[in-house]
Amino acid sequence: MSEIEIKKLNKLYGKAHVIKDFSVKVKSQSFTTLVGPSGCGKSTLLRMIAGLEGINSGTISIDDRVVNDLSPKERNIAMVFQSYALYPHMTVFDNMAFGLKLEKRSKEEIKERVHEAAKTLQIEEYLQRKPKQLSGGQRQRVAIGRAITRKPKVFLFDEPLSNLDAALRVQMRIELAKLHEQLDATMVYVTHDQTEAMTLSDEIIVLDQGEISQKGIPLDLYNKPNNLFVAGFIGSPKMNFIDAKINSQNTDKIDLSLLNKSFVLPKNIQGQLSSEEVKFGIRPEDIHLTESTDFDWESKAFVVEKLGSSTFVYLENEGEPIVVECAGDSSIKSGDIIKVKFDLSKSHLFNKENTNILA
Amino acid sequence: MTIFSLALTVLLGILAFVLFFHVSNFLLDYFGKRSSKIFKLENSLRAVIFIAPAFIILFVFIIYPVFETIRLSFYDKIGREFLGWSNYAWAIKDPDFRRSILNNFGWLLIVPTLSTFFGLVIANLADRVWWGTIAKSIIFMPMAISFVGAGVIWKFIYDYRGPEQEQIGLLNAIVVAFGFEPQAWLTIPVWNNLFLMAIMIWIQTGLALVIFSAALRSIPSETLDAARIDGASELKIFWSIIIPYLQQTILVIWTIITILVLKVFDIIYAMTNGQWQTEVLANLMYDWMFRGGGDSGRGSVLAFCIMIGVIPILGWNLYQHRKEQKI
Ligand SMILES: Nc1ncnc2c1ncn2[C@@H]1O[C@H](COP(=O)(O)OP(=O)(O)OP(=O)(O)O)[C@@H](O)[C@H]1O
Ligand SMILES: [Mg+2]
Repeated sequence: MSEIEIKKLNKLYGKAHVIKDFSVKVKSQSFTTLVGPSGCGKSTLLRMIAGLEGINSGTISIDDRVVNDLSPKERNIAMVFQSYALYPHMTVFDNMAFGLKLEKRSKEEIKERVHEAAKTLQIEEYLQRKPKQLSGGQRQRVAIGRAITRKPKVFLFDEPLSNLDAALRVQMRIELAKLHEQLDATMVYVTHDQTEAMTLSDEIIVLDQGEISQKGIPLDLYNKPNNLFVAGFIGSPKMNFIDAKINSQNTDKIDLSLLNKSFVLPKNIQGQLSSEEVKFGIRPEDIHLTESTDFDWESKAFVVEKLGSSTFVYLENEGEPIVVECAGDSSIKSGDIIKVKFDLSKSHLFNKENTNILA
Repeated sequence: MTIFSLALTVLLGILAFVLFFHVSNFLLDYFGKRSSKIFKLENSLRAVIFIAPAFIILFVFIIYPVFETIRLSFYDKIGREFLGWSNYAWAIKDPDFRRSILNNFGWLLIVPTLSTFFGLVIANLADRVWWGTIAKSIIFMPMAISFVGAGVIWKFIYDYRGPEQEQIGLLNAIVVAFGFEPQAWLTIPVWNNLFLMAIMIWIQTGLALVIFSAALRSIPSETLDAARIDGASELKIFWSIIIPYLQQTILVIWTIITILVLKVFDIIYAMTNGQWQTEVLANLMYDWMFRGGGDSGRGSVLAFCIMIGVIPILGWNLYQHRKEQKI
């Protein structure tokens, strides 16, 4: 058991209000991911949970015990940093044993635990090396190893994989998932990486300027974003937003004009509209190429990105370009005129206050 | 007029060097194109040409005097008559020389260690309080004072006026305030050495402090945070993380201060002139070399001893440096 409960947490750096009335309950043994743009307060939040940063108001409790005034070591947590933060003059073994030695464990126990962790992370052969003599991936393993030897209740990860190359990141991601299965610990994970957040998490919390924008299971965030910010933040390439105007609405149908055409959405609007001006949102994979005359829009492709598994075509539009995802073997070249059809059942509408208004 | 001629000399000197580099470079280019033999040698020749002036100056002003000192140490007072080892034999038997060696060892052991230690500790603590920067500036200030100037200042601290008179020395004022007898601090053997060392420590702590302050900034804060999470106390972090991290810097500072201390002269000269058993090698050398008619033979022996003392320290430093680079 190791539930983290945060109530009305506030943090100020001078006048800058970095965390605003933040409340959340992180379930015991869950994997919770914090995502958000740079500077939104993810690291600050994590450091407050760890006890490395003071709190201005509010409470943090771990297992129903308020830890506000406890030092990091009394909180029984471990943290893995983006820069690995290994002790450069100690061997890998000593790095991993440092915390255990401070707990005054017996020599045998230290040895056993370090070897156990090293085995899990496949770094046994490097135990006598110094951090300098390791590659980035190996160093990050040591950093994770240092965290798991102490068998804490809570793991905090601050962008642990962002210094690794793409292939290694995928590998470490899978290992982290395995580790979470094995360890029965609560993990809070900060990342910039969409895929990491989507694949690892039980729950994702999207942070925007120190406030929760939305939280939920990964697919909910993807399919039902509450607001424009989450819609734009989750998913890569991001959702297309197109200015639109609502002409009329009645049960099960919304009449709106966008891209100088008229469309009918088979959906309902929730609540009152303060303005007819809205934003229409649709993901790249919900726009399909078509050859028939029944197309929704046609435009010139000005950039074509071929990724092999799929192709992203950027269509010219006043304002932002519109991204369309097509098959990997598509033969579209830049300059071609493309006809597309929108899958309106998967579209979103956002009002002036940037909230999703579809029921 | 003198300033003008001085400036002219400097200017001419610079011009001569520019000319030398240009002409030799041009000649090398010119012959390099004609003769394939020179062409092959070109790179090493160019290096020799460019290093030569610096090397010659180094030789004339540093290496030659070293050999001249060694030579003189085997000659008599005025450097005429060869005496063999007799100057050295004199030194070994001389009580002042023995006292100096002993004192120098004391200085070497205590001053660099304490200066480095205080510098390190203060640099660490100063970052934790708002007035840290002010404190650091004040502690650094003695660095700007010459040793003789520092001596004069500290003379006032150790000043003694006889038991019946009003004490103007700071230390005696304090001692009297606590109801003890005033002391003539600088005349109490063994202890007076420590009082003199205090002056050097007072000056050198500033140097150590400034360099350590900069080095401390280079320790990534996440590493310290990681140690905190591992459960290390601030003291443990200092011993187990910060000191090993600064190992190289500590070594450099310790060496700089050690070499400086080996040559300590001004403080002794200004405060006691070697009386009351505070003699050190440099002051003794000055005594023999320039006082009472001067004895370049014995003076040179003493100078040579100081130089010999520096060599192991430099050698050890170089060795450590090499070892560090190999890893
Ligand atoms: N020590 C500090 N003093 C003043 N402001 C700070 C301090 N640390 C962070 N901030 C500010 O707090 C805000 C949140 O910082 P934080 O490091 O938590 O962002 P982040 O979400 O982790 O960003 P990134 O994704 O780039 O790591 C930023 O605007 C930052 O400028
Ligand atoms: Mg961060």
